Amino acid sequence: MSNHVSTYKPQSNIAKWFDERLPIMRLVHDSFVDFPTPRNLNYLWTFGGILTFCLVAQLVSGIVLAMHYQPSAADAFNSIERIRRDVNYGWMIRNFHAVGASMFFIAVYIHIFRGLYYGSYKAPREILWILGVFIFLAMMATAFMGYALPWGQMSFWGVTVITNLFSSLDSVIPGVGTAIVTWLWGGYSVSGTTLNRFFSLHYLLPFVITGLVILHVWALHVVGQNNPTGLDLRLKSDSVPMAPYAVMKDAVGMFAFLILFAWFVFFLPDYLGHADNYTEANPLVTPPHIVPEWYFLPFYAILRAIPDKLGGVIAMFGAIVVLLFIPWLDTSRVRSTKYRPIYKWFFWLFAFSCLALGYLGAKPADGVYVFWARVFTFYYFAHFLLVMPIVGLIETPKQLPRSITEDVLGPGGGIPEGAAAAPEKR
Amino acid sequence: MAAELEDTNRRDFLVLTANAFAAVGAASLIWPFVHQMNPDAGAQALASIEVDLAPVKEGQAITVMWRGKPVFIRNRTKDEVAAAQKVPVSELPDAEPDAKRVKAGKENWLVTVGICTHLGCIPKGQALADTKGEFGGWFCPCHGSHYDTSGRIRKGPAPRNLEVPPYEFVSDTKIKIG
Repeated sequence: MSNHVSTYKPQSNIAKWFDERLPIMRLVHDSFVDFPTPRNLNYLWTFGGILTFCLVAQLVSGIVLAMHYQPSAADAFNSIERIRRDVNYGWMIRNFHAVGASMFFIAVYIHIFRGLYYGSYKAPREILWILGVFIFLAMMATAFMGYALPWGQMSFWGVTVITNLFSSLDSVIPGVGTAIVTWLWGGYSVSGTTLNRFFSLHYLLPFVITGLVILHVWALHVVGQNNPTGLDLRLKSDSVPMAPYAVMKDAVGMFAFLILFAWFVFFLPDYLGHADNYTEANPLVTPPHIVPEWYFLPFYAILRAIPDKLGGVIAMFGAIVVLLFIPWLDTSRVRSTKYRPIYKWFFWLFAFSCLALGYLGAKPADGVYVFWARVFTFYYFAHFLLVMPIVGLIETPKQLPRSITEDVLGPGGGIPEGAAAAPEKR
Repeated sequence: MAAELEDTNRRDFLVLTANAFAAVGAASLIWPFVHQMNPDAGAQALASIEVDLAPVKEGQAITVMWRGKPVFIRNRTKDEVAAAQKVPVSELPDAEPDAKRVKAGKENWLVTVGICTHLGCIPKGQALADTKGEFGGWFCPCHGSHYDTSGRIRKGPAPRNLEVPPYEFVSDTKIKIG
């Protein structure tokens, strides 16, 4: 943390000479070796490390794929097939990348819900949280453009539908929406020109994400990690050094995650995709039922739930934008939902709503599906705009432990320091 | 004391096996990422071609593509063959008799990879109007290497003779390169 005194001691004269000029080893030591880590972190806290791994894995496999991929309407589809059949180990590296995108989103959703449950967005972690929302947005843009690159039917029509969202601006100022869409496409329809620019941006955005991740990690190291109690670190016994304790726990979580990852890569590489994307893009035929990748389904359901074109687009983007404001929408005095008897129920209702929206997003947009999509869309927004402010004010939190140490070791386990139970500051 | 010693051994064993396991895992993960840059089976399948020599008259030369590289095939005149054969091998920078660079009984056919052994330019000398250098073979315009009628380096910075690719006569007038 920012007030943490550096314990780095250069082990040799060369290290000392280097440390006086560029203290990068000191930075690594203080940030990832001797960093005070709450002693009560559970496995949900291993997803930060897992996500870092996902980002690096996507970058490495993506750079390799770009060596073999041809970003043109004529060659894109065939070059993917060439990667899968001809390029040495191309099948494996392509599977890493395609499955890796889904794994990245599985991990990021767990990470986000972890933050929501334990109140990791609350003061002093607002900036940390907001940077996370920006990373999430950049990930969605990257994944969307990456999905265009195989140039199959789902790629083509996915791009057509999503870029056409901007045409809804025509109902605000006539012509503006169409002009934006034409600009995005570089023509009057989705074409090889569009594909080419998507490839360029798909290569650029991961480096933007990397920059945002560096800021995210920096902000984390200024304010310190949250923990299952939501309490601040008060006692020396509340924390352990990151290495080896948290590092080892991260490694265990990572290996478990990698087993899942490898299982999909080697046994179910196409399970999370759509068969239609193995038909080459055809501007004359739309597949009968087009759906986005699974990780966009809840937002797709929100888009379709609103019976107005512009309204649907605003709701879909609003579903993410609202996340930026929750540090101030949540009025609770305690962070962790563990100590919030009323909010706990609303939290799980919200989680259920997101899963339900995901299910509904994959279903046809008619009849009872639309009705339920509207119900859960209403709750999605009500959770942030009504439940968070109101429940925080009326709820009486459960008794908090006096310290993380006491939470782990039981009453009297930690030596009380100064006056007893200082509840968290708002 | 004994127990402590035992523990140390156990720990050493665990650390060593864990590290060995990780090293093997890392190496087997890195290899596909290296190997993907090697030519794939499709590229290797193009590594052999057949060339019909019947249309190439005495004194003419053709250039064919093999593995993306130009291959010079020259139907040498009797004078050119004689010139190549009579040069004392000891005078050559890269000593090699003409007989080792052609197939016995087919001495008029010279097959070489048309890439200068200096820095990879393509020497002049295939077209009739080209300058053929001081020794009547090929001349590389990049840095002035002269090759003789056997494709051997005679003057200039190139270190080695023009490479003779692996080839064989599949019939009297047809060769298979690669």
